Amino acid sequence: MAESPDNPVVRVRGLVNRFGSQVVHDGLDLEIRENEIFGIVGGSGAGKSVLLRTLLGLRQPDAGSVEVYGRDVRHMSQAERISLVRSYGVTFQNGALISSLTVAQNIQLPLREYFSLTEQSLTALSELGLSMVGLPADTAGKYPAQLSGGMVKRAALARALALEPKLLFLDEPTSGLDPISASAFDELMLYLHSQLRLTVVMITHDLDTLFRTCSRVGVIVDGRMITDSLEGMLKNQQPWIHEYFHGPRSRAAQHG
Amino acid sequence: MKLSLEGEGDDWRLLLNGDWSLAATAVIQEELQALPGTLHGSLICDWTHAESTGIGPVWILLTRLGTLSPGGVRHVGNPPHTLQLLQRLQADRHALCAPPPAPAPSDIEEVVGNLGRWVVLQGTEGRAVIGFLGRISTVVREIFSRPRALRGSSLARHIYETGVTAIPIVSLIAFLISVIVAYLGAQQLSRFGADIFVVDLVTIAVLREMGVLLTAVIVAGRSGSAFAAEIGVMQLNEETDALRAMGMNPIELLVLPRVLGLIIALPLLTIIADAMGLAGGGLLSLVNLHIPLPQFTARLRESLSPTTFWAGLIKAPVFALLIGMVGTYRGMQVRESARELGRLTTVAVVQSIFLVILADALFAILFVQIDF
Repeated sequence: MAESPDNPVVRVRGLVNRFGSQVVHDGLDLEIRENEIFGIVGGSGAGKSVLLRTLLGLRQPDAGSVEVYGRDVRHMSQAERISLVRSYGVTFQNGALISSLTVAQNIQLPLREYFSLTEQSLTALSELGLSMVGLPADTAGKYPAQLSGGMVKRAALARALALEPKLLFLDEPTSGLDPISASAFDELMLYLHSQLRLTVVMITHDLDTLFRTCSRVGVIVDGRMITDSLEGMLKNQQPWIHEYFHGPRSRAAQHG
Repeated sequence: MKLSLEGEGDDWRLLLNGDWSLAATAVIQEELQALPGTLHGSLICDWTHAESTGIGPVWILLTRLGTLSPGGVRHVGNPPHTLQLLQRLQADRHALCAPPPAPAPSDIEEVVGNLGRWVVLQGTEGRAVIGFLGRISTVVREIFSRPRALRGSSLARHIYETGVTAIPIVSLIAFLISVIVAYLGAQQLSRFGADIFVVDLVTIAVLREMGVLLTAVIVAGRSGSAFAAEIGVMQLNEETDALRAMGMNPIELLVLPRVLGLIIALPLLTIIADAMGLAGGGLLSLVNLHIPLPQFTARLRESLSPTTFWAGLIKAPVFALLIGMVGTYRGMQVRESARELGRLTTVAVVQSIFLVILADALFAILFVQIDF
């Protein structure tokens, strides 16, 4: 996988998603490059989650193409699709940890499924996962219900990293966290991004996270995506984008 | 071979070969364990021939190197870019080393401890059940001063859901069971030429016991589980907390309509089950024993004592109270996880069926004692 912009990790062309008569995406284009942190922004109901579900192959688009590492997701055999999904890491908005398993078992879940490993290796790997996301060792034996919101997000990230993905999708990684936990999570993401050389695609409404971590931003407006660097976005005169990046909250985040 | 150790004395070299991705973890771990316990002197780790190195295997290697060569290791030959991160994580892990596990208790201690935990659990549970009963009775008392506390529309919905929708299954099962009883009874009694007493058998069995007991067991399976699951999911979504925060009482809104609805619906269902049971008995007598319907009804009237019907029906509200209370109580107990929900729903059904049968046995003894 070359690092040239001509060979993006994810390439979406003319994506159309409809629910009945309601058109969510109307010819959406998107390119995500190797080793960047890409933020996806949009108003409520703009279709951010639908886009993520389409990228993950959880939803068949009504039209358009979705290529990941140069392969079209729509024309894949089941086996190809599974091997592609294995190369992703995904965290969901509420963590989506399996509530009847401990944190360690949650991290081991995909490892158990795809590799035959000894208990000892599994323990070592779940320890690695926990220390990568900065969770104390005694978290391993706890159940998701016993964790705080920030710990759940971190544990979910550890599970997403378990299969050593190159491409990480994060859905609202800092929503519902207090500012201190949220900024600690930002730093963790930046650190892992640089150390593990990950490509990160993140849906977020958290302006602080956006300004701290993202190298490029895509805004979904009227079913299409406008992509630019942060500096470019700040100069964009499209009304919604202008409102978004120049509202009172945004000014605080930029100057804070 | 993923790795080979070369050298002697104070000068060692660990050569890493082949695929070092996550898929090779098991083999790598095995080979790491085969290495000698601790080496003296310096160790050089050579990455030149390792391919597609994953994070997991490197982590396991570093853990092992910590004990293999406590003096430190020099990495050469283009080590993976993640090495630095993993080395730092290893150092952090050793810094906040987990405390040694507490010594395992002896068998005796464990048995006594478990027994003690069980006793305390039963005690707190018993207190909680009494508390639940108390909270329901305060709401019931409130109805008299504030009739709005009796939620009419909610009550009607629960009577419909637990009663009306259960009519087909209850009818069918009562009919079939009474056919079975009559059929078996006929086989035995015809040997003595006492065919006509099948009518007595069916009448008394259905009216006194089978009608109400079968209905209660079916309703416990249908509605007891539904109560526990509905209220349990509301607990998980913090809906009950939201009600409390708005000054509303979940017992009044959720528990009482269900329990009262069931107390009204179950006796009505029992009457239907009784009727269907007698119909089943009559049909079998006609087809199998050639007892015409007028003779069946005449015999039925003779075998009935004034209390037979009431001895069955009077139990229905009691069973309904037990099923409703157990279902809603278990639902209110759900905390935290989806697993709890499944467990407590199961508990609700098993316990309510058990309590129904226990209460039925107590009624049987009581009725014999007072000659009812």
